[in-house]
Amino acid sequence: MLSILQEHFFAFLEATSMTLRLTAISLLLAVAVGLIVAFLKLSPNRLLNGAANVYITVIRGTPLIVQLMFLYFGISRLIVLSSFWAGALALAIHAGAYVAEIFRGAIQSIDKGQMEASRSLGIPYWQSMRLVVLPQAFRRAVPPLGNQFIIGLKDSSLVAYLGVSEIYGTALSIQAENFQPFETYVVAGMYYLVLVLIFTLLVNRLEARLDVEKRRNEPEVPQLEYATP
Amino acid sequence: MSNTEHMIKLEDVHKYFGKLHVLRGINLEVDRSDVVVLIGPSGSGKSTLLRCLNFLELAQQGSIYIDGQLVDPDSTNLDKVRARVGMVFQHFNLFPHKNVLENVTMAPINVRKEKKKAAREKARALLSQVGLEDKDRAYPSQLSGGQKQRVAIARALAMEPDIMLFDEATSALDPELVGEVLQVMQDLAAEGMTMLVVTHEMGFAREVADRVVMMDEGLIIEDNTPQQMFDSPKEERTSKFLRQVL
Repeated sequence: MLSILQEHFFAFLEATSMTLRLTAISLLLAVAVGLIVAFLKLSPNRLLNGAANVYITVIRGTPLIVQLMFLYFGISRLIVLSSFWAGALALAIHAGAYVAEIFRGAIQSIDKGQMEASRSLGIPYWQSMRLVVLPQAFRRAVPPLGNQFIIGLKDSSLVAYLGVSEIYGTALSIQAENFQPFETYVVAGMYYLVLVLIFTLLVNRLEARLDVEKRRNEPEVPQLEYATP
Repeated sequence: MSNTEHMIKLEDVHKYFGKLHVLRGINLEVDRSDVVVLIGPSGSGKSTLLRCLNFLELAQQGSIYIDGQLVDPDSTNLDKVRARVGMVFQHFNLFPHKNVLENVTMAPINVRKEKKKAAREKARALLSQVGLEDKDRAYPSQLSGGQKQRVAIARALAMEPDIMLFDEATSALDPELVGEVLQVMQDLAAEGMTMLVVTHEMGFAREVADRVVMMDEGLIIEDNTPQQMFDSPKEERTSKFLRQVL
């Protein structure tokens, strides 16, 4: 196993960079897609609302591999996408549906009084959204988003089937050469595991930094008269 | 506008929530600098009436005049009207992700386009007016209920409103914290603010109000001076209600 790690160090390094690029681009797009779809779904307009529902239903109701193949091979007569972009877009569209539901839930979980208080001060709707509701909603969305991002990172392995040499794709070709599938796949798994662990650490850091609730326990000014036994 | 106009005037205002007829023809006039207290059993439409005056709810029928001007929701910029009509809520609704100073300066900076420095100075003055000059950097979660509500009042005052609406501002407070909020409201009244107050604090109504208005089932059933309202109410329903709460 060590020999595989050593021998293919640079191949896996490049593969890791490919995995990270795929993941980063697709998740960035997924956040944009998710935010837009979440607002469509919250819209009172039935057409916009319906469009968001169709998107979420279709994307959540079909496997990612089918979506990947469809974008790369299925529509090749209409648009020819590079394997990288077909993969990144499919991942983005796929994760976008889940991210949309995360954002919708987070926005809806913010007390209506927040929007009302903001509007009562004369702050217009979208500005109230931006200044008052979204910052609080993003905080609540961080844990489920982190979860979704981890899923997205691992889902990027399916792009190997479009011929992209990311971590899993690289492992596929290496084990075909060395006939050591056990060792090779363990190594590939380790790469993913390490990436996920690093990512989890980052999300936890972010969560701690954004956590206003925690500040409740560390008041700047101790208020003993209100302390409960 | 001219001083002879009523600061608030409602003509035959109706509000429905679906089939529920919550306001059934409200007529009310409030003069500049007057303090009018709304009383009545729960479900009588007091809060809905306040919310219609701030256009958080839109009345389906009737006319609402603010400072002599008819507010037609279809043709009026309601954000401009709301900026002149401050509202204080039962549950404070402070912005938990912003500190006290940011809570108070958000609307002045973003709506009135005040310079940050000027807005902060004004906010500090308002905070000291409500007795919280030392809390400007605290977060809402670090404040007591009474402190939160006083910040909420300062936040509304920062928009320099012509009218202040109080929707059961002390109902969510521990009893020992009610007084500090009522004191701030009383000071505000003394400064000449036009106020419409929904409250169960009959002591406040008696002491501070110019008029007390009794509502029941979506209608104003009695509109009187505090003394007459509490000592010799005209309506049987009023005296029955007052017997229950006093």
